[in-house]
Amino acid sequence: MKFRFKTLASAAALLLATVSTSFAAGTIKIGGLFAVTGPPAFLGEPERNTAKMVVDNINKAGGIKGQKVELVVYDTAGDATKAVQMATKLIKDDKVVAIIGPSTTGETMAVIPVVEKEKIPLISCAAGSKITDPVKPYVFKTAQNDSLAVTKIYEYLQQHKQNKVAILTVSDGFGASGREQLKALAGKHGMQIVVDDTYGPKDTDMTSQLTKIRGSQAQALIVWGTNPGPAVIAKNAKQLGLKMPLFMSHGVSSKKFISLAGDAAEGIKLPSGKVIVSDVLPKNDPQKSALLTYVKDYQSHYKVEGDHFGGHAWDGVMLVKTAIEKGGATPEGIRNALEGIKDFHGIGGTFNFSANDHAGLTKDAFIMVEIRNKDWVIAK
Amino acid sequence: MELSHQLLQYLLSGLSTGAIYALIGIGFSIIYNATGIINFAQGEFVMLGGMMTLFLLEALHLPLWAAVPLAVCIVTLVGLGFERLAIRPLRNASPISLVIITIGGAILIRGLAMLIWDKDTHAIPPFSGDEPIMLAGATLLPQHLWILGITVVLISLNKWFFNHTISGKAMRACSYNPRAAGLVGVDVRRMVLLSFMISAAMGSLAGIIVAPLTMTAYDVGIMLGLKGFCAAIIGGMSSGLSTVIGGLILGVLESMGAGLISSGYKDAIAFIILLLILFIRPQGLFGKPESERV
Repeated sequence: MKFRFKTLASAAALLLATVSTSFAAGTIKIGGLFAVTGPPAFLGEPERNTAKMVVDNINKAGGIKGQKVELVVYDTAGDATKAVQMATKLIKDDKVVAIIGPSTTGETMAVIPVVEKEKIPLISCAAGSKITDPVKPYVFKTAQNDSLAVTKIYEYLQQHKQNKVAILTVSDGFGASGREQLKALAGKHGMQIVVDDTYGPKDTDMTSQLTKIRGSQAQALIVWGTNPGPAVIAKNAKQLGLKMPLFMSHGVSSKKFISLAGDAAEGIKLPSGKVIVSDVLPKNDPQKSALLTYVKDYQSHYKVEGDHFGGHAWDGVMLVKTAIEKGGATPEGIRNALEGIKDFHGIGGTFNFSANDHAGLTKDAFIMVEIRNKDWVIAK
Repeated sequence: MELSHQLLQYLLSGLSTGAIYALIGIGFSIIYNATGIINFAQGEFVMLGGMMTLFLLEALHLPLWAAVPLAVCIVTLVGLGFERLAIRPLRNASPISLVIITIGGAILIRGLAMLIWDKDTHAIPPFSGDEPIMLAGATLLPQHLWILGITVVLISLNKWFFNHTISGKAMRACSYNPRAAGLVGVDVRRMVLLSFMISAAMGSLAGIIVAPLTMTAYDVGIMLGLKGFCAAIIGGMSSGLSTVIGGLILGVLESMGAGLISSGYKDAIAFIILLLILFIRPQGLFGKPESERV
């Protein structure tokens, strides 16, 4: 019996020792859920790359208050079921203090009940406004709400005295949410939607819809979708000689769109995060320094241009870092500190979180850009 | 704008999309007639055509006139390899097993394409500029003319091949009765191989000529393959004119449907037609129940 007690005691001591060393080593574990493969890979890949890069940079600079950060990333493949499994794994097995991601609205909505139950802060990289409306205690997001992009386009149209619009939205989650906001906000800005049409995410010819729009009273066409659909639409519009100005959503604000649409992209305007025009932003823009740093880092790490989407993960990691510095490396501390963050100049915009606002951005997060000579310029 | 102009535009858009469906559909029919199986990897040949051309253009910097034939040749070899590796070793399997194998092959090809290239969508430059051509109130791109022209040439070549060459006639013989064809000295296995090669070549060319308009990615084969399959069903699995007409009907109905009713029903239209034909006229729109399938 004595012997057994001894072994037990030493085992316990050993266990305690390992636990305390792991605390002494002081790694803060942050989880990442990104759709690195699957249809939304265009979101997840830059997000994962960015998150890794930012965490590396933090560690190189000595970590957060002397503690190293470890990023545990899982690929959700854009699948909500997988996202839930991976979120549970991050919380139960990896014991992370906060989660960045998932990449899409659908996945985020599926993960919310898990993080709310386990009380782990989640900073989603998806755009859907329902993620933070109504506010859930542990759920934040960094991607700009669709409604902000819609407001930006409508205000631009108002300034240019146009009020009859045609909308052409893709029949997936992104398009449906855009369509909802376009319709909901039209009245407020005196807009009249004269044609409301959709196209499938895999459609390869939209001349039928555009012919119908060409025959309507519309003064401008707003297209809501992610590549490649909008590029096909731009080409079809050029083919049909569509005269009305073409507006796109922030879903295509990457160089990829310009390379897909080619000459047909000329003159297209869209609301975008400021990252793609960081070099031509006015000097007094509060985000300018963060944007330039991000673009430079991403370019030197991955040899491709950093985009808008990776920026959501940049904001996510940096917000968590700021929150840990203020509130300590516990889920509860991070959550409380996040809610108090003000004037955080990130990539997606200037964040001001509060107890009633877990999205934190205003329409100034977007800027209207125009495509000229295969590059972005600030639209006048 | 007048309705007649709109209708003409729908018609023209529909015809060029339909021409692509027709080419893919004929690929289905040729293999079906030679082997009795539906090759669901047909759409992947279409994808490979586009992606291979892109690869030759961008990575090897070949000019377009060299990249296109080379891409067709490479995909034809893939068709050959597919038959050798996936179909021939199981010649005695039932058609249903072979059909399932083609589905597996399709998934494999798609996955490899994703790994070798990437997940992005890519654009191929148009063959001869992109200045729209006005035609009685409707507009066309030069690429549309390429599509229609190449389709006409291919269909004619196909017709000539099956009616006027020994190999073509032998393939027809196999489609009537493989055993009898074998008895009179036709090498049935060679004909099966040939059918895969011809289908791969036609599919890849369809994928190449449509890519400047619709762009290409590793996963474009699924939808195009299904639409081509619809065209072949409407045409009663004939490798001749009725599949071409099937493809054109499908393209025009889709385009009219999207323009006049709602674009939400575009794909539904294709599949409703497919179901209706299978229920009501499984022999195809133009076939008599005991028609010859060539």
